[in-house]
Amino acid sequence: MSDTTALAIYNVSKRFETFRALEAIHLEVKKGELVCFLGPSGCGKTTLLRIIAGLESCDEGEIVQYGKTVTQLPPSKRDYGIVFQSYALFPNLTVAKNIGYGLREKGMEKKETKKRVKELLALVGLSGSEEKYPSELSGGQQQRVAFARAIATKPSLLLLDEPLSALDARVREHLRQEIRELQKTLGITTIMVTHDQEEALSIADKIVVMNHGVIEQIGTPLEIYRHPKTLFVADFIGKINLLNALYRGENLFSVGKLSFSVHLEENALPVEDQAAKLLIRPEDIKLYDAEAENIIEGIVLKMTFLGSFCRLFVSINGLLENVLLLDLPHKLLLRDAIREQSPITLAIAPKDIRYFLEPTHA
Amino acid sequence: MRSVWEDSNRLVLSALTLLLTLGLCVMILAPLVQILAQSFFDATHRFVFLDNFIDYLSQEKSLRLIRNSLFVALTSTLIVVPSAFGFAYALMRSRMPLKPFFRYVAFLPLLAPSLLPAISFVYLFGHQGFFKPWMGGSTIYGAWGIVLGECFYVFPHIVMIFLSALSLSDARLYEAAQSMGASSLKKFFTITLPALKYALVSATLVSFTLVVTDFGVPKVIGGDFNVLATEIYKHVIGQQNFALGATVGVLLLVPSVVTFIVDSFVQRKQKAVLGSKFVLYVPQKAPIFDTAMLIFALVIALFFLIVLGVSFFASFVKFWPYDLSLVLKHYDFSSMDGGGWDSYFNSLSLAFWSALLGTIAVFTTAYVVERGKVFPHLRAFLKLLALLPMAVPGLVLGLGYIFFFNHPDNPLNALYQTMGILVVCTVAHFFTASFITATTTIKQIDDEFEDVAESMGVACYETFFKVIVPIATPSILHIARYFFVNAMTTVSAVVFLYAPSTTLASVAVLNMDDAGDISSAAAMASVIVATSLVITLAFDMLSHVALKQSQQWRKAR
Repeated sequence: MSDTTALAIYNVSKRFETFRALEAIHLEVKKGELVCFLGPSGCGKTTLLRIIAGLESCDEGEIVQYGKTVTQLPPSKRDYGIVFQSYALFPNLTVAKNIGYGLREKGMEKKETKKRVKELLALVGLSGSEEKYPSELSGGQQQRVAFARAIATKPSLLLLDEPLSALDARVREHLRQEIRELQKTLGITTIMVTHDQEEALSIADKIVVMNHGVIEQIGTPLEIYRHPKTLFVADFIGKINLLNALYRGENLFSVGKLSFSVHLEENALPVEDQAAKLLIRPEDIKLYDAEAENIIEGIVLKMTFLGSFCRLFVSINGLLENVLLLDLPHKLLLRDAIREQSPITLAIAPKDIRYFLEPTHA
Repeated sequence: MRSVWEDSNRLVLSALTLLLTLGLCVMILAPLVQILAQSFFDATHRFVFLDNFIDYLSQEKSLRLIRNSLFVALTSTLIVVPSAFGFAYALMRSRMPLKPFFRYVAFLPLLAPSLLPAISFVYLFGHQGFFKPWMGGSTIYGAWGIVLGECFYVFPHIVMIFLSALSLSDARLYEAAQSMGASSLKKFFTITLPALKYALVSATLVSFTLVVTDFGVPKVIGGDFNVLATEIYKHVIGQQNFALGATVGVLLLVPSVVTFIVDSFVQRKQKAVLGSKFVLYVPQKAPIFDTAMLIFALVIALFFLIVLGVSFFASFVKFWPYDLSLVLKHYDFSSMDGGGWDSYFNSLSLAFWSALLGTIAVFTTAYVVERGKVFPHLRAFLKLLALLPMAVPGLVLGLGYIFFFNHPDNPLNALYQTMGILVVCTVAHFFTASFITATTTIKQIDDEFEDVAESMGVACYETFFKVIVPIATPSILHIARYFFVNAMTTVSAVVFLYAPSTTLASVAVLNMDDAGDISSAAAMASVIVATSLVITLAFDMLSHVALKQSQQWRKAR
């Protein structure tokens, strides 16, 4: 553990009756980082956050905050602020009293508390809302108050439990950028739980992808997207085409009657006849032009309009069972007069094809 | 595991959980165990297991009592369930006028001791009844008098079950049916009734149990027609035969426990039926139907008002029914059995303390059970203890209290014959219904409040008083009112426990009627109803003020 480590989690496990909620979780969070726990519901991300907060105890493992073991400490003795999906603003207290709730507890003077509340409200852009009640604010405004309340005591760690999922799409997008900016300005180490991959990809320094109580991969958004380490991550983050393939030597994988040329990775060299899965992102499949490799032909089955681009479902000649997804800009579709039932010729660059090898039986 | 001692919140919650569990064990479990144990021993304290029951049930007389109880309970249920359903249906599904009035009238019987309807029927149809000359040879004393009185007494409980069930139905189902061209009749049989089947089971069982375990009505109007509930009273008060009382008491426990188990099962089912979001049903205008419902509701309301009014009026009458001039002499209780006006003030004191301590006990218990975080198994047990009183008829509980608190080895023996034991018993007797109200309220409060407060280092009791209690104020007032009114009207449990210095108004009604002073009994019953009514209105106003003051933060966006 280095000096820049704000939070370290060693070998944390948790069971509910027979259900394995978390299994041997290892994780380090650096000072000032924004880390997202991302995964489907029931993957253990919220449980992990609650264990960090001390709201849930773990069966095994250790949690260290700035070199100090906090595993056994009650929440009140730990140093963090928390924001919940429901905001959990006390409805019978005014905005000022909500934000000042923990300050008075820490022995702050009344006058000083008032000043700090004012400062915090200015920070989240709600100056002058001191005497309002939560029910008089919009969802987005309530979330800002919850955020101000969480950072009121200047904690060294901020925990966000799906803070944006109760808001509608536009407010959500706006607020997440705002949270990111505030977090950077304050330099506060932050952990955010979310099931929204777009949210995680757009604001996180580091994403922790979780599934069935284990960490599947830790990495920057780009790493997670471009270099998924497991099939789960590949499939969960963004859209992807998965093809069952066999290695035929000379950088070639066969899929059905076709074969694909692939850039081999040095730490995953296949042997002849080894089974593998090929992974191709929809945006990596291009329309054919003269210099292309891995040329395939097919017929457009269906087109779905998705705003800036169009998603095509293409049945590929020689690939009986697979339908490839690909995303193309409208301009190209118009230029080539592509519509449903059109024949289409495509190409995939070898560097854009990734593969996972199945274990060999040898 | 984290040590409890390092965490003051956990320490407080742990101590509370232990304390409340211990308290409820003493208040509910111990007396119950005592009465069960008692029923397995003979007069010489020899363990005879089921012999007492076998002996009892092999007597011709006992079988007659059971038959009588069954007859009265089944008949009353057959009358009350359909009419209460009709009344609730009129309130929820028609657009008849005067709904708030009907709602109030339907709940009036809750403000009176169950003795009151019986007294009224005696006035109307008894030996000196108003209608006696037109009744030929038939008499009100007996099965039919009991049935009439019980119908009045049980009605509001059953209406409540149907009202809450009817309020849960989803308007979208009716809209869907309408769009498919279903007739009103078809909608009733395919949507309304199926959604009510659990409520129907509940209503039937609750009605049956309430009648079987009530002894106020049969005591006053039963004449020679004896039932199990009056039998316990006779054994214990009349003959001081506690062992036999215990045996009959345990028999009475059977239908209550069955009702309790079936009802909790049914409640779970009912919840499963409910979707997360539903649209409230708003009845359409239907002139013929609305008028029919109005007439029906009027008939029932009139019946209620007459029954209540007769006792009230008769209590001011010089000599019913021969001299109808108005006097106040029946309100001079000094020369009567039952303790006079003192008993009324005792009742007020009992009601006040039950409301205060009962509300605190119930709300804290519900909070600890829902949000305690410590000792999950103990909290589950605590919840079971809180639900248990529902399954115990008042007579049985009171008898259990005699056995438990009057035991010479019990250090709590000092409580016996004091106001303290009456308060404890009343709180225990009416614990469950208020516990359910409190639990429902607490469940609706975001459980992340405690998490947030804890993360800020605020003590749990501070959050409890600053946040939870203000949010739950309307429901807390509701619980306090419930305790107050029930403490004013209850007879069953306390009838075994009062002492010469702690006579109660409701018991005085019983004793004055017993001594033949029916006018004074009616007068005391009227005083009880008036007090309950005033208290109810006062609490309604208090809730109104509380709501108004918190309107700013309560209003939904």
